[in-house]
Amino acid sequence: MSARILIQVSYIVVAMLFILGLRSMASPVTARRGIVWAGVGMVIATLVTFITPEMKNFVLMIAAIVIGGSIAWYLGKVVKMTDMPQMVAVYNGMGGGAAAAIAALEFARGDVHGTMMTVLAVLGALIGSVAFSGSCVAFAKLQGLMNRVWRLPAQNAVNFVMALIAVVLGGMIIYAGSADSFGDPMKFKLMLIAFFIVSLVLGVILTSPIGGADMPVVISLLNAFTGLAVGFEGYVLGNPALIIAGIVVGASGTLLTQLMAKAMNRPITNIIFTPITGEAISSGEGITGSLKEVSALDAAAMMRYAQKVIIIPGYGMAVAGAQHKVWEMTKLLEEEGVEVKFAIHPVAGRMPGHMNVLLAEAGVPYDKIFDLEEINEEFPQADVALVIGANDVVNPSARTDKSSPIYGMPILNADHAQNVIVIKRGRGVGYSGIENALFYGENTRMLYGSAQQAVAQVIANVKSMQG
Amino acid sequence: METIDALYVYIFILAAIAGHEVIARVPVILHTPLMSGSNFVHGVVLVGAMVALGNADPNSPLQLAIGFFAVALGAANAAGGYVVTERMLGMFKTGDKKVSAK
Repeated sequence: MSARILIQVSYIVVAMLFILGLRSMASPVTARRGIVWAGVGMVIATLVTFITPEMKNFVLMIAAIVIGGSIAWYLGKVVKMTDMPQMVAVYNGMGGGAAAAIAALEFARGDVHGTMMTVLAVLGALIGSVAFSGSCVAFAKLQGLMNRVWRLPAQNAVNFVMALIAVVLGGMIIYAGSADSFGDPMKFKLMLIAFFIVSLVLGVILTSPIGGADMPVVISLLNAFTGLAVGFEGYVLGNPALIIAGIVVGASGTLLTQLMAKAMNRPITNIIFTPITGEAISSGEGITGSLKEVSALDAAAMMRYAQKVIIIPGYGMAVAGAQHKVWEMTKLLEEEGVEVKFAIHPVAGRMPGHMNVLLAEAGVPYDKIFDLEEINEEFPQADVALVIGANDVVNPSARTDKSSPIYGMPILNADHAQNVIVIKRGRGVGYSGIENALFYGENTRMLYGSAQQAVAQVIANVKSMQG
Repeated sequence: METIDALYVYIFILAAIAGHEVIARVPVILHTPLMSGSNFVHGVVLVGAMVALGNADPNSPLQLAIGFFAVALGAANAAGGYVVTERMLGMFKTGDKKVSAK
């Protein structure tokens, strides 16, 4: 009996540690402490669960923890900072899968009773399965394993029909479950299997048509989904730690998703139902002018003799691993008396704040890094806007061209700067497959090459101008 | 039974408010670490998976397999989520002089 009390008290403490931990993560100063608190909470929760009375299968349990935990720990340690978003997607999918599996197990044991419990078990299973298979697709896309966006004919109709089938099957399970007889056990089993398959397929077809540019929002949404699924299964198991942690994540994840979608000016419904796909657009429509190339020497001179340079880093810079070089160039220019600032679009990188993490890794202090609202008015005073591996976030079509799929998305006004230098790998279109009017601008110069190599050349040329 | 259900509804509502509050005032630069952090927090599903496996019938291979799957996934969510978040937040050193880490 006392073991049960100890467990319940511990779970409450754990839930508080989680909430306080997340709270601390809201400030850069206390963020590190926050994750440690949450980590302590997780260890307490795990250890205390072992003393739950009447539990069996400990060998299998410990084996699963060791295997799952150590593989994930190792992969998390070795993954590169640029690949973080897909790692988060994977771990998130695993959480969703675990929640769905709990529901499956509880149904298999016949331990789901009453209407409310059945409803939440079914909802948790549906949401968890969608989060699991959806996150796998998100991972495949970000990892580059699934480059082309594919859409079924009448995608939305297919989505709707699949969702409807899932809901009908779920409803049948709830009906059978609340009758408490479960009807014919064989039929019930088949219904459950069909339900899980449909839910998993739903996750895949919902995420497959969504392009890479919208992926951050999708990962965030799936993260919130997993939270909800965990919370619902927590009710099925009567476990307050799962309920509180799951619902807190569900609520904060939903809000975070909204913040991200707002930053892109794309309502969540748009992202899911009318995804940006490059193929749908007749490329370069209404764009006039030509691409004008510039040498690394001229680019270096333009920046060396500028008063003010604003650097706009994008995912391309991060992939090339050029952030250290960019910081080296920044320090060099500052020694020459140039004012250098970094402008970060809310969705630069693959997730909001991802670019800040990457720049922080290179050692750029965060008082040099500015958000869209803070810096956009400064572009007209900048002599040079240096765009490194960014594309859609500086595309002026978003302001002017109503037919553009990114119309209305707030962008960094790089085109308002006196001069624009764009470092770009090649002439192709960007990640979302949209042609960029900025590149054809009158005062835009293109510096072709990988970010790493191009910046290194600029550095060498700036150095040669010293003294 | 009904009072217990009502209690759970309170927990749901209060937890939802707490979640909303926690994230309401977060600077954009911490959005990614925070998403990763909340990803770690729902790794507590591990605890639920352990309880579910612990109550599974040792003579049913199906139940054991599902339970094993659930615990392994839950453990991966928790362990991986922690490492990734910790590494990201480790970048935000507040010190003025930074020694470039490895």
